[in-house]
Amino acid sequence: MAKLKVNGKSHTVDVEEDTPLLWVLRDHIGLTGAKYGCGIAQCGSCTVHIDGVAVRSCVYPLGALSGEEEITTIEGLSEGASHPVQQAWAELDVPQCGYCQPGMIMAVAGMLNTNPNPTDEDIDAEITNICRCGTFVRVREGIHLAKTKKA
Amino acid sequence: MTELLNLSRRKFIIATGATGLTIGVLAACSKKPGEPDYSDMEPNPEVNAWVHIGHDDTVTVRIARSEMGQGTLTGLAQLVAEELECDWAKVTTEYPTPGQNLARERVWGDFSTGGSSGIRRSHQYVREGAAAARIMLVEAAANEWGVPVAECTVSKGVVSLKGSKKTLTYGKVASAAAQLAPPLDVTLKDPKDWTIIGQPKQRLDTADKLTGAQVYGSDVKLDGMLTASIRQSPQIGGKVKSLDASAVASMPGVKKIVQIGDDAVAVVADTWWRANKAVLALPVEWEGGVAFSSSEFETELDDGLTSDDAFTGNKVGEIAPAFANAAKVVEATYNMPFQNHAPMEPMNATAIWTPEKCEVWCPTQNGEAALAAAAEAAELPIEQCDVYKLHLGGGFGRRGMSDYVSQAVKIAKQMPGTPIKLQWSREEDMLHGFFHPITKARARGALDADGNLTGLHIRISGQSILAALMPQALANGMDFATFQGLLPSGVDARVEDQTLKYTFDNLLVDHAMRNPPVRPGFWRGVNANQNAIYLECFMDELAHAAGRDPLEFRLAHLKDSPKSQAVLKAVAEKSGWGADDGKSRGLCNFYSFGSYTAACAEVTVDADGNLKIDRIVAATDPGYAVNPQQVEAQVQGSFVYGLSAMLYGEITFENGVAQQKNFDSFNSMRISEMPKVETLVMPSGGFWGGVGEPTIAVAAPAVLNAIYAATGKRVRKLPIKDQNLRDA
Repeated sequence: MAKLKVNGKSHTVDVEEDTPLLWVLRDHIGLTGAKYGCGIAQCGSCTVHIDGVAVRSCVYPLGALSGEEEITTIEGLSEGASHPVQQAWAELDVPQCGYCQPGMIMAVAGMLNTNPNPTDEDIDAEITNICRCGTFVRVREGIHLAKTKKA
Repeated sequence: MTELLNLSRRKFIIATGATGLTIGVLAACSKKPGEPDYSDMEPNPEVNAWVHIGHDDTVTVRIARSEMGQGTLTGLAQLVAEELECDWAKVTTEYPTPGQNLARERVWGDFSTGGSSGIRRSHQYVREGAAAARIMLVEAAANEWGVPVAECTVSKGVVSLKGSKKTLTYGKVASAAAQLAPPLDVTLKDPKDWTIIGQPKQRLDTADKLTGAQVYGSDVKLDGMLTASIRQSPQIGGKVKSLDASAVASMPGVKKIVQIGDDAVAVVADTWWRANKAVLALPVEWEGGVAFSSSEFETELDDGLTSDDAFTGNKVGEIAPAFANAAKVVEATYNMPFQNHAPMEPMNATAIWTPEKCEVWCPTQNGEAALAAAAEAAELPIEQCDVYKLHLGGGFGRRGMSDYVSQAVKIAKQMPGTPIKLQWSREEDMLHGFFHPITKARARGALDADGNLTGLHIRISGQSILAALMPQALANGMDFATFQGLLPSGVDARVEDQTLKYTFDNLLVDHAMRNPPVRPGFWRGVNANQNAIYLECFMDELAHAAGRDPLEFRLAHLKDSPKSQAVLKAVAEKSGWGADDGKSRGLCNFYSFGSYTAACAEVTVDADGNLKIDRIVAATDPGYAVNPQQVEAQVQGSFVYGLSAMLYGEITFENGVAQQKNFDSFNSMRISEMPKVETLVMPSGGFWGGVGEPTIAVAAPAVLNAIYAATGKRVRKLPIKDQNLRDA
């Protein structure tokens, strides 16, 4: 049995320790916002926050968690989609198919936690998520717009 | 009918978190504080197949096509709202099921979503359906007041009686309207009177995509559901010889080990991670596969470049005399590899099978084909089956195929009554694609002493999609789709939207069909992608060989296509083509899926050969731009798809096995590589062209031509990834 805190709520799960956090969230806790895209930390669709830091949960084994960390998924990022990134994304209609966007939004929100005013160079270095629909132009605009918004 | 649609809604239970909260996947309206409560009232019947209006005036538009990111859901709803004269703020959407379409004699027409056709092939009957609903609603209001229809006006879903203060909202008359006979004739609005079509409305499907609330096929959860992971023969054509189920039967969570048909195995477990771990550990022996090598296949492609077994796709004049009398002959050979679609959401489908019924929940670009596949796999009459569509996590053509639907049903059939979600791993998705076909082309041009192009021959050698997937569509063995964008105009109305816009005195475009055992597929943009490279990179080569400006050279041959000229001139002007500013630019124009497109790319290549695509100015004339901000989004996105292929995309085969298994070896471009894109949406009116695909074709040629401008080097073999752009 392992304990973990997700979106401010405690959960106890009976899962093998090598199970990636992504599948614990999706199949055991029932939070399907974080997506499976590659399973090898390439695409970033599975991005969630651990203590405010963006991580790729598809390769993050449950056994590496102590149970004390605050895990945040897209479902817990804000009330009513009020996070600045979500506001900016809504305003610019960023998503297309939208499958990668929970991961994209969490990656961007994670970056803004440590760097509230990223430059284009910062964005290039830190946002490495794959989007096959190709929303990058609006993702970049959205990041710059999010900087100007308050939660 | 509303009841019929609700049936699927009720069954679709999503457990969100540990709360067990249930929501419907289809449009469901919830009462806001202060609004009247209609919950005790009998729901309104639909006005007609396209429109349902609730007591609260919510307009639910039925959408037959699939939303996969391209914005068709919003665009189609705009078409309906325009003719319905309803309040856009009250519009929501839902998918009818393919089973309902079948039961109602295909009242919604074709469900297939491909070929950039969602709007351009259905705009007429969708708008007519909405206009008919409007006529019935107004008539119902007139009847209520006992006045002639001519006494009524309508705006934003409110019918008003002229000369009075009387009004009735659509919601109040929807039930009466449903009882009226549909009008025999409807007149559609003049485009100049449009107030919703042509407006940059926000998408209707954005909100749920920002919070994790959007339910994709991968997220489907049904009571008592188990999850399956699959392994298909890694080698093309391989079959299961034997498997040792006992080796994994006692692994955690494992419920059942099954064979699917003769070429795949799956493990069913309580969670996907456990199912996948077990299926990877399952000992399987395969047999009978094909030892295909894509590098060895080059020999066959090369043979096709000069063989005499080619089908003629387009012929003007005679090229032989032109080459015989040429002052200069230019020749170039181009290579295009296999590509995987790689949508972000790997293939999946969820099925329940009983001896009486089979139901499937899945992302599909072709609901009716998915239903047919489900019925066949279920071995049940099609009337006893149905498919509930979900928004797609990307499609790009891959989800026009129904292989994963059949597989899910075949697993579910082995566990009657238990819902089974089949979720492919990314590796299975990469290995078992329907790949963009492999082709090669040799282009030859004859120039006279004045630098005029007097003869052009493009020989395509390689794979036919239709030969593999739709052999009935071949014409005496010829695959006309191979010539997409290069076909003659005025010959066959069915392919007029894929014709060549250049005028040449002497032209031959032909195709030597060379089919490898790899299954091909329709890949966003399809054959326009490589044909634009073959044509437009070579036009650039010809212009330089003739000592002419590539813009002027193209325009001279576009003399009979003013719309092509307009988009090409627009990008040239906006990008600063011809300016003496040290920038390296490349041009391209192409016509496909009924739209005129052009691009001008600006690149820099550093001393080490590293490429940076700085800027692309793109223009498209799709006739009518139903939602200009979404047209812009499609142009931007299409460049990511086209340029990812140009930079990285390649599937190779060794011993019949695809060598790229995930995004580490089949890379896709990131935000750091994304150029600035300036989009010129230039709808000239009078026709309906596609949007999702046409601009892919112009991205790579414009960049490749700009690379030449920067380096003097022609890149003719794709992808670029392993080539140094500074080596001669």
